[in-house]
Amino acid sequence: MRKNLAGLLWFLPLAFLALFYFYPLASILALSFGRGLTVMQPFVQIFLSGSILGIAWFTIWQAALSTLLTLALGLPAAYLLARYKFRGKSFLRALSGIPFVLPTLVVATAFEALLGPRGWVNQSLIDLFALDQPPIQFVNTLTAILVAHVFYNTTIVLRLVGDFWARLSPRIEQAARSLGANGWQTFTKITLPMIAPALSAATLLVFIFDFTSFGVILILGGPQFATLETEIYFQTVALFNLPIAAALALLQLLCTLLLTIIYTKLSARVSRPAELRTPTAAHQLSPRKNPVAFIYLVLLAAFFAAPLVGLAARSITPVDEQGSAITFDYYAALAQNDRDDIFFAPPSSAISSSLIYGFATVALALLVGLPAAWLLATRSQAFASRVLGPLLMLPIGTSAVTLGLGFIVALDSPPLDLRASPVLVPLAHTLVALPFVVRSLTPALRSIRPRLRQAAAVLGAAPRQVLRHVDLPLVSRALFVSAMFAFAISIGEFGATALIARPEYPTIPVLIFRLLSQPGAIHYGQAMALSTILMLVTAGGLLLIERFRIAEVGEF
Amino acid sequence: MLGLRDIQKKFGTKLVLDGISFQVKTGEIVALLGPSGSGKSTLLSIIAGLEQPDRGQVLWDSKDISAVPSHLRGFGLMFQDYALFPHRDVSGNTAFGLEMAGQPRAQINKRVREVLELVGLAGFDRREVSSLSGGEQQRVALARALAPQPKLLMLDEPLGSLDRALRTRLLQELADILRAEGQTSLYVTHDQEEAFAIADRIVLLEAGRIAQDAAPQELYLRPASPFVAEFLGLHNLFSGKISAGVLHSPFAEFPYVGGADGEVTVLLRPDAINIGDRGQAKITGKLVKAEFQGSATSAFLQSASQLIKFDVSSATELPKIGENFTISFDPKTAIQLFPRK
Repeated sequence: MRKNLAGLLWFLPLAFLALFYFYPLASILALSFGRGLTVMQPFVQIFLSGSILGIAWFTIWQAALSTLLTLALGLPAAYLLARYKFRGKSFLRALSGIPFVLPTLVVATAFEALLGPRGWVNQSLIDLFALDQPPIQFVNTLTAILVAHVFYNTTIVLRLVGDFWARLSPRIEQAARSLGANGWQTFTKITLPMIAPALSAATLLVFIFDFTSFGVILILGGPQFATLETEIYFQTVALFNLPIAAALALLQLLCTLLLTIIYTKLSARVSRPAELRTPTAAHQLSPRKNPVAFIYLVLLAAFFAAPLVGLAARSITPVDEQGSAITFDYYAALAQNDRDDIFFAPPSSAISSSLIYGFATVALALLVGLPAAWLLATRSQAFASRVLGPLLMLPIGTSAVTLGLGFIVALDSPPLDLRASPVLVPLAHTLVALPFVVRSLTPALRSIRPRLRQAAAVLGAAPRQVLRHVDLPLVSRALFVSAMFAFAISIGEFGATALIARPEYPTIPVLIFRLLSQPGAIHYGQAMALSTILMLVTAGGLLLIERFRIAEVGEF
Repeated sequence: MLGLRDIQKKFGTKLVLDGISFQVKTGEIVALLGPSGSGKSTLLSIIAGLEQPDRGQVLWDSKDISAVPSHLRGFGLMFQDYALFPHRDVSGNTAFGLEMAGQPRAQINKRVREVLELVGLAGFDRREVSSLSGGEQQRVALARALAPQPKLLMLDEPLGSLDRALRTRLLQELADILRAEGQTSLYVTHDQEEAFAIADRIVLLEAGRIAQDAAPQELYLRPASPFVAEFLGLHNLFSGKISAGVLHSPFAEFPYVGGADGEVTVLLRPDAINIGDRGQAKITGKLVKAEFQGSATSAFLQSASQLIKFDVSSATELPKIGENFTISFDPKTAIQLFPRK
């Protein structure tokens, strides 16, 4: 009986991964290799095509450059967060996390609202100097891509490196100083080697995200910039060249899988279960004594806040007219459907589709993720656990567009014909959310140390009461956090959804993308309004997560 | 009254506990003392019902409770790492045992307030346990264990993870609290000073067996074996021999009446030696080392090939290092013999 139950628990996550991850990927593989005379044809085409090689090269170097910039901006802050206390520390930490959970599309729109041709900065400059043209060209430049990537991923450095750093006793550095090392020697010989695991894990993760970035490149980069990810989308949607798209997806997949495997190995070295510990006394950072650090932190906070505030403000100010009266017209317009186009779904229906997909994703992700997390937490030594752990992390390194493409290729013909089924979208979202769900559940399940159960038993709790008063309350928080993760991811997911959503049932991000590509102030305003709603929902979700999360260092 | 009868426990082939029998009377504080690895924590788990012994019984008022599950034993256990519930605040942790006993809310609140005040945490009710310092967590763990008024409270190295200054302060408070509550307690520690300060009786474990079961003074003044003497820091142990009423030791020979002839281990108590030649037995040698320890100083005398340690008040004027001088002692109080098998 017990054995059967465990068997069922293994079966659920493995079957899910097999059906909706490996089967689609295998289909991509099969498609990309071609058949009969055209074996390897797509690959030959790719390698003969200079433009595609150029795209691959650009994908790599923009990701590398973005990663370097992210580290440059984030590391000083990681150090300050780890070693100092200052007013607004937890605020800065939370604020930095908001961009990370924002849908790529919202990030893109937020920068559009701040620095785009119709954005705040350009509008003010135009008004101020009576110009005819927006003076700052930000959208459709490499700078836009880099800035958005840094905005997006700095929190990874802050959290992975900063939290790990905070755990290292400053005494070790003091010991080095007392042995005659100067500041620089202490940093390179002691500090750097100690934070190296966290630093390299963060670097890899940032690189993976920049490498597979989609919405930012598509909207902020514009047509002249293409990465593998946008090229897969372009080949699929615009040229219907599925074999080429599949071959590209395969190349990208190999890179990201390799990186993910290294990342999983590294992060295992960083993560340790949370313990109750006495907070170590940190130095106070004062504006008078450390003016440079202080200005840097203020600018950093402004960098995180400006696009968000700019977006929200843009959504309630009229774009075309002079003056700055507040208007809620764009929000009101969300409820209307003034088009007869059958491919134009009204915003209100996009909101309800997004909500339905979101709840479905939560249910599916918990159904699959809970058994998986339980097995990982309680049978960590079992062979199957050691296999399942890394397997579950694979989707994090698989680009969303590739997942979407896999669904299109694999699931639209027998034996699994889900082409017409709306269930495709929550299935894809579940795959994207699964790593996050498992990563927030596992430490919680693991944190219920046998000691706590023993303590409860000695205090007179019968086994059933232990379950009710110890296990359940501890897990329920994590369940809530995972549900929030799944919901936030589902509601903001764009890459996979852009490919598989039925035209008549777009989600909010898909609709924002459509609105942005259409002329007219009302569409622009509606995109801003929808993005603001999405921003508020996901940021609110993040803040709830921060509040309830049982932290584990190094978990992301 | 807790009784242990011939408890034995093996982990694999390793015998962790062997033939453990002793009692804890109602209202008594007994310290379970021993070096790490001597089986103290395992014994606690067995008494608490978290582990089963391979042999022997746990008794309460002479009734065998070996088969009673841990939540029905009515014992309290304060864990070394506290094991506080992270999802409950200070009063939630403290109230847990009372809630499990099904007490009415009003009574629970009253008792929680009372106990938190007792441990010096009045006003901490709503604090998250993760926000507390080590000393405060220790107090919560104590409050949680005390609240249901357990028949027996077991404390597993409760001061183990605290710094020394805090330890000294909390130890005295802990002793006062346990006495004020009249709490029957079993206090596990590896630190003899803690045991001396808190216990009515000390059970000293050596590798899973009881080395000695005695009141603190008795244990200190009459250690039952060289192991006990060594563990208590009485380091002057020498091999000697008794023949025809004379004790032959490496440093002296003197009449010794009442001992059977044979090989013995001689303990020369460092705390019963004086400088000068007023005692019955004398040793002359050279001062090689003096360790200042606050109120007392440990000095070392080299006589022939033997190094003899003796404790004097720090106010005493010692000879210079390298100087010859004489120490003396009264064999009746200073010498203790352990027959060697």
